[in-house]
Amino acid sequence: MSAAMQLGGILATPLVGLVLVSLSGRSANLRDGISFTTAVVLFVQVLGLVSDVLGGARPALTLVEMLPGMSLSLAVEPLGALFALIASGLWIVSSLYSVGYMRGNKEQKQTRFFVCFAGAIFAAQGIALSGNMLTLFLFYEAMTLITYPLVTHHGTEHAKKSARVYLGVLMGTSILFLLTGVLATWVLAGTLDFRHGGILAGQVGAAGTAALVALYMFGIGKAALMPFHRWLPAAMVAPTPVSALLHAVAVVKAGVFSVLKVIVYIFGAQNLIDLGSADWVPIIAGFTILAASVVALRADNLKRRLAYSTVSQLSYVTLAATLLAPISLVGAAMHIAAHAVGKITLFFAAGSIYTAAHKTEVSQLDGIGRRMPWTMTAFAIGALSMIGLPPAAGFVSKWYVLSAAMSLEHWLAVGVLVTSTLLNAGYFLPIVWRAFFRAPPDDAHDEHHSDDPHHGPHGEAPRIMVFAQTTTAALTVGLFLYHEPVLRLARAVAGGF
Amino acid sequence: MTNLQPTIAPDTLLTQHLPILLVIVPLLSAPLIVLLRRSFLSWLVAMIASVAAFGIAALLLQQVLASDGVIAYAIGNWEAPLGIELRVDAVNAFVAFIVALVGVFVLPYCRIGIAAEVRQEEHYLFYAMLMLCLCGLLGILLTGDAFNVFVFLEISSLATYVLIAMGRDRRALVASYQYLLMGTVGATLYVIGIGILYLQTGTLNLADMAQRLSGVGDVRATLAALAFITVGVSLKIALFPLHLWLPNAYAYSPSAVSAFLAATATKVSIYVLMRYYFTVFGAVTVFDAHNTGMILLALSLAAMFIPAVVAIFQRDVKRLLAYSSVSQIGYITLGISLGTVGGLTAAIAHLFNHALTKGALFLVLGGIVLRCGGANLDRLAGIGRTMPVAAFAFVIGGLSLIGIPGTAGFISKWYLVTAAMAEGQWWLAGAVMMSSLLAVIYVWRFVEVAYFQAPPDDHPPVGEAPLSMRVPALLMVGACVYFGLDATWSGEVATRAATALLEGWQ
Repeated sequence: MSAAMQLGGILATPLVGLVLVSLSGRSANLRDGISFTTAVVLFVQVLGLVSDVLGGARPALTLVEMLPGMSLSLAVEPLGALFALIASGLWIVSSLYSVGYMRGNKEQKQTRFFVCFAGAIFAAQGIALSGNMLTLFLFYEAMTLITYPLVTHHGTEHAKKSARVYLGVLMGTSILFLLTGVLATWVLAGTLDFRHGGILAGQVGAAGTAALVALYMFGIGKAALMPFHRWLPAAMVAPTPVSALLHAVAVVKAGVFSVLKVIVYIFGAQNLIDLGSADWVPIIAGFTILAASVVALRADNLKRRLAYSTVSQLSYVTLAATLLAPISLVGAAMHIAAHAVGKITLFFAAGSIYTAAHKTEVSQLDGIGRRMPWTMTAFAIGALSMIGLPPAAGFVSKWYVLSAAMSLEHWLAVGVLVTSTLLNAGYFLPIVWRAFFRAPPDDAHDEHHSDDPHHGPHGEAPRIMVFAQTTTAALTVGLFLYHEPVLRLARAVAGGF
Repeated sequence: MTNLQPTIAPDTLLTQHLPILLVIVPLLSAPLIVLLRRSFLSWLVAMIASVAAFGIAALLLQQVLASDGVIAYAIGNWEAPLGIELRVDAVNAFVAFIVALVGVFVLPYCRIGIAAEVRQEEHYLFYAMLMLCLCGLLGILLTGDAFNVFVFLEISSLATYVLIAMGRDRRALVASYQYLLMGTVGATLYVIGIGILYLQTGTLNLADMAQRLSGVGDVRATLAALAFITVGVSLKIALFPLHLWLPNAYAYSPSAVSAFLAATATKVSIYVLMRYYFTVFGAVTVFDAHNTGMILLALSLAAMFIPAVVAIFQRDVKRLLAYSSVSQIGYITLGISLGTVGGLTAAIAHLFNHALTKGALFLVLGGIVLRCGGANLDRLAGIGRTMPVAAFAFVIGGLSLIGIPGTAGFISKWYLVTAAMAEGQWWLAGAVMMSSLLAVIYVWRFVEVAYFQAPPDDHPPVGEAPLSMRVPALLMVGACVYFGLDATWSGEVATRAATALLEGWQ
């Protein structure tokens, strides 16, 4: 198959899905069927692409010449293939889960929801496959805009306010810092193509590079480096499937993916080592990891706790990327995958709890594991992955990052990783303990929801949701046991060191 | 246009006379419209004339780009400097193309848009004035004669005053009067400027004037002329702080007129400024000897921020867009103030991109106003539900105003920021970015009102705007996206226009 057809197909599939979904709004079953089918078709195509990339192929495609000498183009490299794989694979599970969630909670405007969802996946694929920084930036901004209606889904005053934070931070950082960085790169390097070794290598001095690193690191607001992380907790106002796929996987991974891309292909890791211009980033990332964990520790709202955990976990990737050792880059790429499957499981579980029991706070979860054993088991596996314990995927990536920090004798990073592991355990394990070992409160259903269809003793969430979260939990364990393909993709990234 | 050589084939004949045809066609259509008087017929004539003008402008642009030089046309075969000369190069051909293009978008829209806003018996006057305005704007662009610029400036301005005054709101009269006063002051200052230049050089032909001025050396009189012309033209440009006429004029004139003026009138005046700066006075005099660049830079920065902040606090979306225009003009003059090929390319590219963007926004808004009965944000509540297509189109236009990649506005920003960076003016890049964040805020005021508020109780239960208004508006929005994704043509032309401008007419 030609590169044009392969890449064009991957980009076009979610768009076609988007159009079909918007046209089939009258029949919910047809619409949701199309959504699922699109996801499967996309995944199959991406799978083909990944196997080609593992075989050494590097397909590329120019979409349109935007300006003289500057094209919108796609070019696949291992990291992009990995991100495309994660986003499309988890979209399948997520589209199943969404059906259960949206129907179970009788959400409004489901068609708009699925349309925007497909749009967000389109943007994610675009980011994953983009061949230069301009293309990446275009899809990056598209993703911010297309997820805006999802964040504001409920249309309430609270949603509007949160969406202001969401858009303000993401748009503000991307225009003010990222775009400035991109344009400066264009002026200084004369190109925006992603190249091994970095296009800025040898073009700019240490101070200039440090300034550019700052523009990129803070400009990629989706990576949620403090102090530009506030949008992520704000985004939790969205329905849970949005939080699960977008704000645990697609959007935030687009952020850290861009960070990795920029480090490896724009600056060049060796160049940054030589200049020492990125040495300050691990400090900021380390601070973000710890500070976000402390906030998570104190958050009673489950989704808020998960959001701050995400902020913290994203900075693992940024930290790993800016340690600049080949093995830490492998760890960073691995962690993108590991955190994706783990965190989506946690959000799925949170959504299941909300759908079945209408509970949103950690303090309400006493004994819930007895009524929802599947959900809470999945949650426990996700939690293990966050902490970085076997047999969960998080262990593998953390191992790589930690050993990189050790071998570099970067004691700050080592300290941060160890402390954060403790903090992670501190805010996840009590939830699991509460759910399984505390007695459920007797009057749980007398105070609220007297006229709610869910009143009375609730059981598990709808089967389709349970199926989805079990799948991702299984993936979390599976990725621990068998991570060869992911590792190969990750190694290929570091190979261009 | 007499004295034709019989040996020339007819088609080459016509193509030789394109410059004058571009002015004559709208000019002649105006009296024809007055004679016909019937509403539909006058619209038809205006429509045909504007399509013809667009065709001519496109051909002319193609000719200029192909020949890579200057087309000089002596009116009535009276050779310059005695006769009046039309002089076309890549710059004015491009701006004329933009103006004519906007005309083609606006006229089909007028058919219903104007019927709702202007009294039936005045329709023919409206179209006649619109054609005179078009003629005046195209005349300013094409002419190579300083006084002739003034004549066309007055033709277009007088027509504009009438067009604004035709607005349904009675405040339109005050707005028109305000503009009349300011516009007249501007034109007078301009005439004083060319008077001084005429005294110095003894010629009114711009090319000739440029040549002789370079021999005069640096004298006070040149500085005085420069100052008079700068201030006079800046009034017409609505360069901050000389913009006070603009918000009312855009807010109270009929929607189609707002769209037409916003996309063309200020752009043409900017062309005049560029022509004087780079062709007549020369970049060396303007930027090096008299440091005009610094003044222009300071005003541009003020324009980028102060009116943008004012726009945020507007309740009337037409006024909001008007203040946004004043702010966007700041980007253009910022590009000019750099005085480099890069800066000029940015300025000219933004002339084009902003004309598309603001034209599209005003056209979409016109349809919304027709349905909602006003442009106040309260009236627009909930139109995301009642007029989904229009609301979405407005958002796309708004994104272009912000400069989101994939829209025309991004291309301008790309050129402007890279031009500033190439000059080592890194802080200017930051200023441009900051200013676009202000645009995010004022565009998002619309978004929140349109999508998060319930429609007012007295909202008429009607859907989208009529087709004849929707189609041009959507096409223009489409153009914003198209020229945002593929700017090779517009970028290339802007670059060539900038180069032509710096090379001059010698």
